[in-house]
Amino acid sequence: MTVLSIHNLNVTFSTEGGDLHALKDVSFEVPERRIVGIVGESGCGKSTLINAILGLLADNGRVSGGEMMFQGRDLSRLSPREMTALRGPQIATVFQDPMGALNPVISVGRQMTNIQYRSGLSNAEKAERAVAMLRRVRIPDPEAALARFPHQFSGGMKQRIAIAMALMMEPALLIADEPTTALDATLEVATIELLQELQAQIGCSVLFISHHLGVIAELCEDVVVMYAGEVVERGTTRQVFNSPRHPYTERLLDCDPARQSSRTRQLPTIPGEIPDLRARPPGCIFAPRCHRRAPVCDTPPPDEAVQDGHKARCHMVTP
Amino acid sequence: MLHYTLSRLGLAVLIVSVAMLILFSMIYLIPGDPAAVALGPRATAAMREALRVKMGLDQPVWVQFWNFFINAWQGDLGNEVLSDRPVSKVVLEQLPYTLALIAGGMVWSVALGIPLGCWAAVKRGSLADRLVGVLSVAVIAVPSFVVAIYALLIFAVSLRWLPAIGAGEPGDLGDQLVHLILPSIAVGLGWVGYIARMVRASMLEVLEAQHIRTARAFGLPDNQITYQYALTIAILPTITLLGVGIGQMLSSAVFAEIVFARPGVGKLVYDAILTRNYPLVTGAVLVTTVLFVLINLIADLIVGALDPRVRSSL
Repeated sequence: MTVLSIHNLNVTFSTEGGDLHALKDVSFEVPERRIVGIVGESGCGKSTLINAILGLLADNGRVSGGEMMFQGRDLSRLSPREMTALRGPQIATVFQDPMGALNPVISVGRQMTNIQYRSGLSNAEKAERAVAMLRRVRIPDPEAALARFPHQFSGGMKQRIAIAMALMMEPALLIADEPTTALDATLEVATIELLQELQAQIGCSVLFISHHLGVIAELCEDVVVMYAGEVVERGTTRQVFNSPRHPYTERLLDCDPARQSSRTRQLPTIPGEIPDLRARPPGCIFAPRCHRRAPVCDTPPPDEAVQDGHKARCHMVTP
Repeated sequence: MLHYTLSRLGLAVLIVSVAMLILFSMIYLIPGDPAAVALGPRATAAMREALRVKMGLDQPVWVQFWNFFINAWQGDLGNEVLSDRPVSKVVLEQLPYTLALIAGGMVWSVALGIPLGCWAAVKRGSLADRLVGVLSVAVIAVPSFVVAIYALLIFAVSLRWLPAIGAGEPGDLGDQLVHLILPSIAVGLGWVGYIARMVRASMLEVLEAQHIRTARAFGLPDNQITYQYALTIAILPTITLLGVGIGQMLSSAVFAEIVFARPGVGKLVYDAILTRNYPLVTGAVLVTTVLFVLINLIADLIVGALDPRVRSSL
């Protein structure tokens, strides 16, 4: 059973310099009770993907093809009102920046009761639920925390409050958009353990976006590698990390500081940069930077199946 | 909040004291002998000397200032020249009219400006947004006395919908409100534009904030996001601007009171200057200064009440 199934999703932004094809034929699945990681460098379309799922694309953006099936309904065909009803109770999100994620002038308690407005509970019950959830994310003295404002908490605590808000409604899907990037290393580990623990208790699926390969390897069962708005490789974390088949994935793993086998002064990088998405090449999007480029790469690459569930969008995959 | 209130109050007292010092220096530096001015050209030297002693002008300057300072804080601003009545009493009689005028201008410009600004921000780039933008600049550009004269000509003289002059029958609240409409339009019209532009600009900034994205991601209704989550923050710079803008509104109140022949502090100062009634001018200016500082204090306290970060930063 899959919670979210994205099939050939395309997203286009109209800009002054022409249409920008931000996501091209993105397909992957988030099975029930599983944690799926999305990894890729900045500008690879991770944020656009989240916004498309949440129905929060900027005014100049639109889903120009494909479907996003969530519990049997295509999210791209829902009305704004139906989408608003799904966000929060069904699809919850934790964003990257804990400093700015909470409203600075509304008390934590008020923000936590406000998001329960569809629940039909009394105010006392809503507050009770908020306290219970704050206790689960280990906020000290949760009753008093309700009356306090976000600036009175530390960054790690704010992120835990944001997680509490997201999971309070027991959503079917949690989208975690680089939730640990802004935190220091010890807090990062604690936050990930907390997420793992709550995910197991609540039984939701998680779409975990990060550019931190170590975190993805630690936390996720499946991984989706994105480059320039395309899914270049996906499979189980073991498949993708142990035997990467797309040259981009290979290079990305090579660049991970944690994987350096010898002491080095210079970390490897991938030469070149992400192409202009207003003029996508007809062939492989990674070809200009690829170390295994061949003449065939100027034609559109297929989603080659490597193994069961392991696919790579590349001509050069040799099974 | 108590700490914040007390510190703001202390600052207000300090500002008023400094304003008193400046005002006193200006009176002191005006050439001429106040006693001679008060008594007129036919007074003898002895009469002038007697008055100088009575007014305390024979004292050293710091004693004069100290007396002025202490008396002013106790509400004694001296007596005016023409009728010899206490200045504070004369000014306080006129003050309610000016307060009503400013309050009227402020209420309707806020009531119109804030929704217009929000609307323009939410519908950014639309025809409505551009229309609000153009109209805002237009009403800001027109001086309030021009608005006053045209409002008087159109609505009072030609159409005869509203009364032209005066403040209405004392005791008849309805009549007084009717008399307030045209002058408060004159005082407030430019402010609709200022407020709409300010609110639009800060709303656009706040709507881009991460926490608004979070609020949307939690499926909160658009209206709640706009009016509770965004406006509470976007309104803060506008409140501060309004506090400072009271000064400008007080000066447009002078024009409105003259054009509509309304009683008020502005008209009082105008008449006092024409008759060289210096104690009255000084007193009225001082009362106006206190009013200005008080309104800014209120603005600060409102900002403090709305923004927990401001409260705890002190």
